[in-house]
Amino acid sequence: MAKVTISIDGVEVKAEQGTTVMAAAASVGVKIPGLCQYDGLSTHGACRLCMVQLNGTPKPKPACATPITEGMEVHTTTPRLQEHRKVLLEMLFAEGQHVCAVCVASGACELQTLAADVGVDHVSFNPPATRQTLDLSHPYLGYDPTRCILCTRCVRACGEVEGAFTWGLAGRGREVHLITDLGTPWGESTTCTGCGKCISVCPTGAMFSRGTSVAERRPRRDLVPTLTARRDLEAARKEPS
Amino acid sequence: MPQSILIDPVTRIEGHAKITVRLDDDGAVQDARFHVTEFRGFEAFCRGRPVHEMPALTARTCGICPVSHVLTGAKAGDAILAVEPPPTARRLRRMMNLGQILQSHALSFFHLSAPDLLLGFDSDPAKRNVFGLIAAEPEIARRGIRMRRFGQEVIAALGGRKIHPAWAVPGGVRGGIDPEMREKLRAEFPTIMDDVRWAWDRYGELVAAHPLEVASFGVFPSLYLGLVSPDGTWEHHEGLLRFIDANGERYGEDFPAERYDEFIGEVADADTYLKSPYHIGAQGDAAVTGEAPGTYRVGPLARINLTERMGTPLADAALKAFRDAFGRIAHGSFHYHGARLIEIMTCAEQIGALLDDPELDTGSLRATAGINRSRGVGVSEAPRGTLFHDYRVDSQGLMTGVKMIIATGHNNLAMNRTIAQIAKAFVKGPDVAEGALNRIEAGIRAYDPCLSCSTHAVGQMPLVLRVESADGELLREVVRG
Repeated sequence: MAKVTISIDGVEVKAEQGTTVMAAAASVGVKIPGLCQYDGLSTHGACRLCMVQLNGTPKPKPACATPITEGMEVHTTTPRLQEHRKVLLEMLFAEGQHVCAVCVASGACELQTLAADVGVDHVSFNPPATRQTLDLSHPYLGYDPTRCILCTRCVRACGEVEGAFTWGLAGRGREVHLITDLGTPWGESTTCTGCGKCISVCPTGAMFSRGTSVAERRPRRDLVPTLTARRDLEAARKEPS
Repeated sequence: MPQSILIDPVTRIEGHAKITVRLDDDGAVQDARFHVTEFRGFEAFCRGRPVHEMPALTARTCGICPVSHVLTGAKAGDAILAVEPPPTARRLRRMMNLGQILQSHALSFFHLSAPDLLLGFDSDPAKRNVFGLIAAEPEIARRGIRMRRFGQEVIAALGGRKIHPAWAVPGGVRGGIDPEMREKLRAEFPTIMDDVRWAWDRYGELVAAHPLEVASFGVFPSLYLGLVSPDGTWEHHEGLLRFIDANGERYGEDFPAERYDEFIGEVADADTYLKSPYHIGAQGDAAVTGEAPGTYRVGPLARINLTERMGTPLADAALKAFRDAFGRIAHGSFHYHGARLIEIMTCAEQIGALLDDPELDTGSLRATAGINRSRGVGVSEAPRGTLFHDYRVDSQGLMTGVKMIIATGHNNLAMNRTIAQIAKAFVKGPDVAEGALNRIEAGIRAYDPCLSCSTHAVGQMPLVLRVESADGELLREVVRG
């Protein structure tokens, strides 16, 4: 496949045509922040934290969903982008109840790590006064909506990798929330295989094994990428040459 | 003379207290009341959370005694899972509690109370704090700080950190002792034992130097509550609960944690956020608990009064000397200090034995199970006294009810009586001398209440003292902190 040359933060990068800006940056060790992108899953572009600035384009673009083009100049950490990420993270914190000190994911949470990297030291917005209920109806898996950032990684892992399509989104606007099957409790789902891929891809403490205590959630981050890499390899073998 | 009633506008999260002293028509002290003006709300906002998060969640109640909440929450969780933690986990939990009692007592005695005891209740308030102590008595300050650090290192060796270790979980503990830190603690142990012995020797002088305070700090009969082991040896984490009366006789049968509400009731007063627990059966028994029926005390003094023996050689010798001096049951709240030092001794000795225990790093650490009971009550002896966590859960293990009875609460009625007694001895009319104010404060401090933990560290708790006439008119207000 043809190679394309771009520059990322002033560094020249060669990558195959069709590669996303995020993947091209990763190939030279530049990590662009993001909470919905996940290796092995389809692109969703929901979190908007991976926005980058491109020369000649006034609006920032999502690095996870923008393919590279010849001569592209990418800036990943301008003051404008940093401010943008800070506000977005504050809004994510305000939307849920992210109390790191008592969270199962503390110490291995992507939201927590990113907030520390970007320098979020307070939240300017008032949290909603609603009280959401946890779903611990499954025999060994649990879901805490107060820690969900609606990245849909679980929805995609469940459908694209496991093929179960248990998780989905319901509602509109501020009312959007995750559901299992058509809104039945997780424990009563007839499609869930109990594979736990949703747990392994969740960036926060929203999904966990039941019985997990504070700062104990340490999911296998390599599970889904390994499975999808094998799947893709198998598919390539079967393709007629 | 101020005529208006001033309501303190400061509403900090921890450590805000107010004392009202009421005078009769002749200007003599009629009564005194201790008010806690802070509200935490843990019992409300923990509802809806999973039981497995509760130990670490409730630990956030306090930065000085988080371990007590972690352990008690984990025990309540054990009850809900209906499991008994593996033997090694039980040993390790006990070890962490010993470290916690040791470090908290060292803080209370050496950092908070020693300035009064060593520098004098009437000494210059600007120097009557831990810094003044370091200047005047560097040896005792140094040894006190070292003892506290040792206790904290025991906690860190087990839980990975000194404060808020989310280590004990329903069913057991998360990890074993760090082998490197264990060796380090073993190497430090002889120095700590030397410190402990040295401190006890000095304590005799301090008691002798304060006869007025010993005689007037909360000297009244009351019940005492604490955990006891089956053979009467000092207990801090397991065993049954026991009430004894002022003569040392058992007051009712021993009972397990889950039956606590048959014996302990709580009353909420309009003028304080601190509820007042009382012994239900002793309410009509004024002969046992005097003018405030149902009063009982918990904490170091209660545990020392309850026990037959400490179970370790040095502490047993100290207990004998203590009883030879003050009787089988010591009633004065001043003796909380001595009781604290005896407990520091036994904690250090027991930690030393556990550090050498070959069983400390063998076997399973955690029992697992589903939600098998809808209610679980955990109890443990926190440094300040008996701590209860009473959890109710739904079938998924989500909290539907949380009740925490904290040591400071148990002592509320006794603290009120103590400050009334001190005020009667040291306050005459509306002109309150600074030394008298400090003694009232020290009467509260003897109980080492939890609200002093965060704001009291440099020697003075924020305190509002109101002197009122018999009809409630404010005669004088002294604000400190």
